[in-house]
Amino acid sequence: MKEEIYKALIEIVGEEFVSNKKEELYIYSRDSGLSDPSFPDFVVMPKTVEEVQKIVQLANREKIPVVPAGASLTLSGLTIPHKRGIVLDMRRMDRILELNRRGRYVVIEAGVTQGKLQSFLEKNCPDLCHSLPEAPPSATVVGNILIHGQGNLTQSYGFNSSMVTGLEVVLPTGQICRIGSCSLSPYWFSIEPLPYLAGLFLGWFGTTGIVTKLGLKLFPKKKLRDVELFVLEDPNLLVEAIYRITHTEMAEDVTTIAQPYPLMYRGTIMIGIYITGDTEEELEFKRRIIWESLSELIKAKEGGFMALMPEMKKGLLEKPMSGLTRTADILKGGGFVYCGAIIPVEKFPDALRKLVEIAEKNDTTYAHSGRVIGRGHCMMFAFAFPFNRNDSESIKKAKKALRESYAATLEIGGVPWKPGVEEQDMILEKMDRGTVELMGRIRGLLDPNGIMNPGNWEVRL
Amino acid sequence: MLQFNKSLCENCYTYDCLTKCQYMEIDVETASEEIKRLINGEDSFVLHNCVTCYACEEYCKKGNHPFYLITDLQEKKGILPAPKPIVKQWINLAIPTKKDIPHFYGAEEPVISLCLFPEYVKTLQGKLFEGLSLVVGRYFFCQLVYLHFGKPSLIRERLPKIIENIANHGFKEVIFFHDECYSTFTSYANAYGIDVPFRPIHFFEYLYNRLKELKGEIRPLNVKIAYQRNCSTRLTPEKEHYLDKIFDLIGVERVERKYDRENALCCGGIIRALQKYDLFVDVQKRNVEDMIKAKAEYCVFNCPACYSSLSERVTKAGIKPIMLHELCKLALSKEG
Repeated sequence: MKEEIYKALIEIVGEEFVSNKKEELYIYSRDSGLSDPSFPDFVVMPKTVEEVQKIVQLANREKIPVVPAGASLTLSGLTIPHKRGIVLDMRRMDRILELNRRGRYVVIEAGVTQGKLQSFLEKNCPDLCHSLPEAPPSATVVGNILIHGQGNLTQSYGFNSSMVTGLEVVLPTGQICRIGSCSLSPYWFSIEPLPYLAGLFLGWFGTTGIVTKLGLKLFPKKKLRDVELFVLEDPNLLVEAIYRITHTEMAEDVTTIAQPYPLMYRGTIMIGIYITGDTEEELEFKRRIIWESLSELIKAKEGGFMALMPEMKKGLLEKPMSGLTRTADILKGGGFVYCGAIIPVEKFPDALRKLVEIAEKNDTTYAHSGRVIGRGHCMMFAFAFPFNRNDSESIKKAKKALRESYAATLEIGGVPWKPGVEEQDMILEKMDRGTVELMGRIRGLLDPNGIMNPGNWEVRL
Repeated sequence: MLQFNKSLCENCYTYDCLTKCQYMEIDVETASEEIKRLINGEDSFVLHNCVTCYACEEYCKKGNHPFYLITDLQEKKGILPAPKPIVKQWINLAIPTKKDIPHFYGAEEPVISLCLFPEYVKTLQGKLFEGLSLVVGRYFFCQLVYLHFGKPSLIRERLPKIIENIANHGFKEVIFFHDECYSTFTSYANAYGIDVPFRPIHFFEYLYNRLKELKGEIRPLNVKIAYQRNCSTRLTPEKEHYLDKIFDLIGVERVERKYDRENALCCGGIIRALQKYDLFVDVQKRNVEDMIKAKAEYCVFNCPACYSSLSERVTKAGIKPIMLHELCKLALSKEG
């Protein structure tokens, strides 16, 4: 049977782009996080939507699990084929199909990487940019959006998934459909004002269909960019500081950092405030307004702006920040995991307290980084723990700390971002029953044979 | 205990320490009143508005220590020049973390201490630094920076251990790359009666002597430079003469300008750290405009912190920022 499927897949994409070799399947059996590995039976790299359609039709007919994957960098095992089957590596579909400069959007295929889009825009329209996450350049744009990722424009415009202008999707039954203006027009300018069908695919981790094309909003890219770090000791004051900073609407990006190493940072919390401008005057204007917004905290000696050494500033201004992973890997053991908690900003003090408690309890250390989403509507709070890949005890501690962080996130009223399968169960357990039932119905309706990324968002009614 | 002679101030008529201050407008009459307050340990607006530029130590020609007095009083009265979290970060920066004294096997004299500037290790290469042993890290961090943050007692608390760390290596002389270290082991230690069992050598003195040895290889640079003094040079102005000799040797012209020598302006870094943003912008702007007016091609720094603080603005003004030793290296390079 497997041989027949293998031949059928070769028939669809060609021999070069199918594999059932163990050494190649190995790569798709795990990610860089701490989820248990699970091998697929096949990995396939389609080039066109028609090929995706044919693969899905085959899988649906034969009831074979299909796991769509980008660069598999979620760290929470979302592309690990828990029930074997086919991993659909989308990275050959890497064309940038359209750049609409005046309409400020781009249409891309599912395998386009962050690096490719970033360099394409720098070359072809340097005055526009997309919201770039703190992920390696090899991460895919669509993958980031499908997990509700965030980027450097998230404070200004919301989750990256709210920047979608259109979708092309292959449904689990093999039907191709378009969502948004592109469903009735040659232009991919908006999801609205039609019924909001994009919600059937965003945040579902590929359990409801395979996104093959996506329209994405672009935004003005200013010529100059600078960063300030505002430092506080009292986490309760951070809530007020973020309210004031976001209220100015002068910052492009607002991030948070708290970590015990390097020693200098211990006991303090830093808010990264990124400002942009087309001229020095614009930049200075924004900087002054932000300083002014925090003047009361400064006068009370409760907070202040840190002097940034050129090297540090350079690192902070890098897009994406390659130093972030080095910082998170405090133990220099080559690994770190994190629970990205989406929480109300006002819950920051609780989250930070929990993070420190969990690290202490598990005899490990931590690094926190965060990002404000919207004008303080919520934030991503990362509970990050380093581990040594060559030390099973260290891995055990990090796993336990991670698990406790997910529980803490739910306890303080937050929602874990891109949770792994076990953590999805924790979420579903706590979720309103009506909502769980709705999710189950939607999945059942779209994917009657349950072939899409099984194990994820498994609703047991 | 600060060796401070009250009578010197009581018999002073000029009150240069305050009247010459570039950041507070103080006339002679007000200065006389405020000095009285300070020497009697009372509160004064000076304690609250001081930007901690160290300059009053140099303005006082009687050898008293007005700046050290100010910082001691700030601490005594709990006046924090900078916000608490900023102070905390600076305190954390140099917490001694291990009991053991680090051993640097093979570190033999002549030895140069790079303070807490490991990023400069790679710059101390070439003929100018041949044969030097380098020591760097928090075990050699002079701690003087706490003068800026109203925490001078930390200096006195940590300094003996630092001195011990250095002395335990048996070094008789240590060259200090960072002016602040040199001034700590000379001016500050002396003012508080702290014994220093080795001879501190200023980087300027080393550079000058080494350049003299290499005189035949120097190609004059023939450029105009503006020099940016750093705060701690105010504590030990007696070694400043080496600078002009160095500039002569390497063939650069130190431009005459308003904000040089005793009238120098702070780089602005510490003013920003004290959150005086408007003053920071104003001071940097005036300083750089002065450099432009004097037609300086390079801005030469002796302190890495000043370089960090001012180099961006200097560059934007079309002036090349450069550390003093890099400028000297240029004069020794084949390309000139």
